[in-house]
Formats: sequence, structure tokens, C-alpha cells
Amino acid sequence: MAGKKEQPQDIKRREFIGSTILAAGVATVAPGVLLTVANATSEDEGANSEIRWGMLIDSNKCVDNCTACVDACERENGIDLLRRPQGQGDEMWNAQRPQWIRKVKLRDRQTGEVTNLPMMCQHCEFPPCVDVCPTGASFKRADGIVLVDRHTCIGCRYCMMACPYKARSFVHQNVEQQTIRAPRGKGCVESCNLCIHRIDSGATTTACQDACEKDGHKAILFGDLKNPESELSKALQQKSSRQVRADLELNTGVRYTSL
Amino acid sequence: MQSSTGILRAAGVIPAVVAALFSMAVHSGSAVTPGSRAAGMEACVAPTAEIRRYHMDYLKHDRIKVVRDGVRGVKYSLAECVDCHAEQDGNGGYHPVNGDGQFCNKCHEYLAVSLTCFQCHSKKPEQKRSAASLSGEKNAGQSSLFGLLMKFDEAPALSAEEMAQLHAISRED
Repeated sequence: MAGKKEQPQDIKRREFIGSTILAAGVATVAPGVLLTVANATSEDEGANSEIRWGMLIDSNKCVDNCTACVDACERENGIDLLRRPQGQGDEMWNAQRPQWIRKVKLRDRQTGEVTNLPMMCQHCEFPPCVDVCPTGASFKRADGIVLVDRHTCIGCRYCMMACPYKARSFVHQNVEQQTIRAPRGKGCVESCNLCIHRIDSGATTTACQDACEKDGHKAILFGDLKNPESELSKALQQKSSRQVRADLELNTGVRYTSL
Repeated sequence: MQSSTGILRAAGVIPAVVAALFSMAVHSGSAVTPGSRAAGMEACVAPTAEIRRYHMDYLKHDRIKVVRDGVRGVKYSLAECVDCHAEQDGNGGYHPVNGDGQFCNKCHEYLAVSLTCFQCHSKKPEQKRSAASLSGEKNAGQSSLFGLLMKFDEAPALSAEEMAQLHAISRED
């Protein structure tokens, strides 16, 4: 009898202890949570996985002998600040200097038809450079941008070997002058990062797109592949586009029309 | 019992640390390079003793946030260090912050800690200021309670025990 009477009291006591611990837990967690929410601004949010940045390049509009996109890229990302190592010949310099975007000319041997297109990192969904990187320096950000974390890059250049698009460059020489938005030093691999500093500060265009548009060609369109309302998604819906080396099933973020 | 004495001890140390930092602020000399923007400011983005001890950890923590996660508005940014601590050369430009006798180099050379940041990062402020550096100024204004003024060749005015306590407090944050 005595045992039956005691049992409900015991349960009450346990409930009380349980709820007190729970309340204490909420009280300790809540201030931290509230602080984070209160301090959040657009810059604090970081890369968003609901976005996938990509590009559509119309190779019909890409003009022969025009290097507006290449020049703009070099200015934007401080590549033009690199100086040729002493005594290096033209051939070596042109083969080894970093190049994030380059012009490619295709010629149909039978018909003689010439196609121009800019080639850069294709920002694959399944990037081979990330697969092979031994240190994890090559990675894909939440918003689909593939880039190198130079702090962990050891300069082994496996990623350069793995990339089917020859999109990556290696910095061979000491670098005297850099810009704040594009740090660069000897011994690291680098490639197009879709002007990440611009995108992170809220811009919706890349330097190459701006330059191409300024020259009146409008061959490059940058945007969000996951947003069906974006200009890029609409253009992709209307025109037939191709991925370069689609057979590798990398699902590239950069696509080409009229190719 | 143990935890309550810990709390009491910590409660005693916090005012001691604050008092020590205030006493540091009164010193006339300064580690800050004259002619840099920092010389005209009252404090760094965190108390001087904390920044001296932990700047490398803070910078490393925030660089991962920036590079990996794309979070740009971080509190500790190397670009902002350079922005504030680079000395003007009198011709409208700046001395490199890792140059002989300049802010970063002075201490790193003395302690024989190699300063590799500037193999890749810009050693001078960008001439036109970015929005990020402006928000940095705002942060500095908020913590103007503690002074930056402190003699370069002088040990921090904290005992070893107080320093250890400060470390423990900062680690908890």
C-alpha cells in the first residue's frame, strides 16, 4: 500500500527534474541562437546551396580575334600584375602563365567552318579536380563554384592533369604584387572562380560577361541554374545547348549554344 | 564546490584583466606604426592583449569561413589588418606592411616567426576602400574601451597566471 502511494509522487518529482533541466537547456541555448540571428546580414550568410551559378556561352556571337573577356578577366583577377621571370622565352611564358579564360578556335576540316569560344573552368557538378585532390584544397562550394583553397594547396597539380578542359593554371614564379580580391603566390594552382568576390558582394555579372556586353557581342550570360525565373534558365529553356565533353557526365555549369 | 570556486575565481579575474588593459592604455609608447590609420584609432577589433595572443587563430578561423563557406562579413580579416596598419609613404602610397620596421615585420622578426601571409596576400591597402573595410571601422569603434597604445618592447602587463586565465576565457568564447 505504502509503495502505491509513493509511486505518483516519485513520478512527479522526476517530471519536475526533467522539465527543470529542459528549461535550463533552453535558457542556455537561446541567447546564443538569438545573437546569431540578430547579427545576420546578407554578407554573413555565405554560399547558398539553393543557388547554382552557371553560364551560357553563345559561340555564334563570339567574335574572331576579340579578347575582351580574356583581358577583363586578367584585370579583374590580378593576372596582369604577374611579371615574366627573367630570361624566360615567349613560348614558355605563354604556355605557363596563368590563364583563367582563353579563346579557343575550332575549325571543321571538311567545311572550313570556324567556331570561336571562350573556355574556362566549367564548374562541374562532379568535378574531377576535386576527386583527385590529395589535400582537399580543390573543392566545390555550396553554390556550385569550384575553386582552390590556396591555404591547403600543395601545388601537386593532380587537378590540372584530371581536368578535361585544361582550365587550371599553376603559378611558377614569385609574385610581387597582388590585389586584395585575388591573392596569389608561387606554388599554387588556380582557375576561374566565376568572379567569386563580385558574386559574394551581391553582383550578378562576371567581369568577362561585362566586357563582352560592353563590346556589343553579348556572347556570355551568367546566372543561377536552379532558379527557373533567371535569365539564364529561360535562355537554356529556349535554345539547344551543349556541355563540352558531355560524355564524361560531369554536368558542367558552363554550357554552350551554336556549338 | 569545485565549479563554484571556479566561477568565483573567474569573476575575480575579469575585473583584474580589465584593470590591466586600462593600465596598458596609459603607456605613452605604441607598437602601432606612426603614420598608419591604426595610430589614430583607439582600439583594434578586439582588446590588444587578446589580438596579440590570438590574431593568428582568429584569422585562420575566419579565413575558413570566407574561403570555404563564402561568408564575407567576418570580424577578423587580413585585408583589414593591412588597411589599418600599413604606413603611408608620403607620396600617396603605402609601405608594405611586412617590410623592415613595419608593423607586422617588427614583431614577427623579433620572435623569429616566419610571416608567410604576404607571399600571396597584398601587403598594401587597396587605394579605393572596399565596403568591408568600412564595416571594420565600425567594429573598431564599438570596442574603443581598450587602448591600442602599448610599448612594443614591453611585456604585456599581465602575470603569467592572469594570461592563462585570459586564454581560458577566450577559449570558452
